[in-house]
Amino acid sequence: MNELFSSDSFIQNSKFIHSKFKKVHSNRYVFLYTLVLTSVVALVLALLATSLKPLHVKNEALSKKKDILSAVDASFAKADDDVIEQTFSKVKQFVLDAEGNIVKNKNAAGAEIKAEDLDMKKEEKKAEADRSYPLYVYNHNGKDLYIVSARGNGLWDKIWGSFALQDDFRTIAGVTFDHAGETPGLGAEIKDNSDFKKQFIGDKIYNDKTGEYLVVKKGGQRDFNKEYEVDAISGATVTCDGVTAMIADGMSPYFAYFKNK
Amino acid sequence: MADTAVQEKDVAVKSSEPLFGKKERALITDPLNDNNPVTVQVLGICSALAVTTLVVPSFVMAIAVVFVCAFANLTVSLLRTSMPKQVRMIVQLVVIAFLVTVVELVLKAFSFTVYKQLSVFIGLIITNCIVMGRLEAFAMANKPWRSFLDGIGNGLGYGGILIIVAAIREIFGKGTFAGYKLIGPTPEYLIDTVSAGWGSTLFGWYANNGLMVLPAAALFVIGILIWIQRSWNTKLVDIS
Repeated sequence: MNELFSSDSFIQNSKFIHSKFKKVHSNRYVFLYTLVLTSVVALVLALLATSLKPLHVKNEALSKKKDILSAVDASFAKADDDVIEQTFSKVKQFVLDAEGNIVKNKNAAGAEIKAEDLDMKKEEKKAEADRSYPLYVYNHNGKDLYIVSARGNGLWDKIWGSFALQDDFRTIAGVTFDHAGETPGLGAEIKDNSDFKKQFIGDKIYNDKTGEYLVVKKGGQRDFNKEYEVDAISGATVTCDGVTAMIADGMSPYFAYFKNK
Repeated sequence: MADTAVQEKDVAVKSSEPLFGKKERALITDPLNDNNPVTVQVLGICSALAVTTLVVPSFVMAIAVVFVCAFANLTVSLLRTSMPKQVRMIVQLVVIAFLVTVVELVLKAFSFTVYKQLSVFIGLIITNCIVMGRLEAFAMANKPWRSFLDGIGNGLGYGGILIIVAAIREIFGKGTFAGYKLIGPTPEYLIDTVSAGWGSTLFGWYANNGLMVLPAAALFVIGILIWIQRSWNTKLVDIS
């Protein structure tokens, strides 16, 4: 067996290999070859990544702003970059701590950390008491809309969303969801299905009587008279339960803040 | 089958290779029909199922695969004489991974929305069997220019099918084509199936087929395409 598969005899027996390849290279050559190849590739990629980084950062910041604004109006998702920048510059932003107080932390460079600088991914890894929460206030035709964000678990990976609340802090004016890896056509519908998102509009996110948050209810169980329930997507129960949990777990700092308003 | 035939001929002919001779043209046109990577060789199906819900991402995916396939073939063909046999797969993989990362970085900088739509599937070009298959079957035994053409041909063969499947799925699943609204229940659409007018009288019964959006629909569509291609191109019919 050993002889049959030793590289020497195998290569010489193979008819398909070009005559130039009959030579078996030394280990030294192989090591040097791979070393040079990988170094060249690493160098070129590093150069490319560094030179494109400013554009990447700009695109990511813009897409974040787009996500937040599309909680107010879905048409922002398709708006031009200039419109997004311009609209977003008028949005007031606050950073809340876990008790709902406005905090003004500074970053290493001494600049104030704004809500748009928060990385929800990093915040989620912190202990609950140390997390910071972004709050945006968007003035829509003279009325303030409060945009709150939450993050939780879907079926396969993280899901997150923003809710625009009217100034009674209860009625939902718009929502937007996104996900890292939900199934297209099923769980991913929380992002893609505008009918699902439309259900939230006009509903209340918090029930003052029972102290419960809005619930995404599995098919057919939703009571249409209740404004604290929306209908789940069939086939995406776990993702929809994730939305329910995300709202229940992530809203308390915002409501602590709203209480004092 | 045709692969090995082309290969052997290429090895035999060494003198005078024109830039766009008959053989060079065949390298591009052959994978478009007679030797299509998707419908004849049935390779690259995974990404063909996943990205073909919308035309625009499929188009970008097609361009990305043409780029990766062509330049991976070119690079590997240039390296083929110096490449140590023991690590040739690893070297091929490094070349493919390098090119795919370039595509990813460039897309992220210049077309962020498409980058987000394609997300993980750009990275998965690395595992697209068409790319590696062409490197092993063609670029390792042929000169750079021909390998480059072969890469373009196979990329186009894959991309063409991708766009056809995406067009069918988008039109019947969402009523749009590349974002342009064709048929649907609001006045924004070209054929408005709800409000009064010729659209609702003729197409009032019409509803988008939700199945078309799901990955399974790509299987039916590709299957039907294979059927059509085989009934029209008799060369492909297996007589035995």
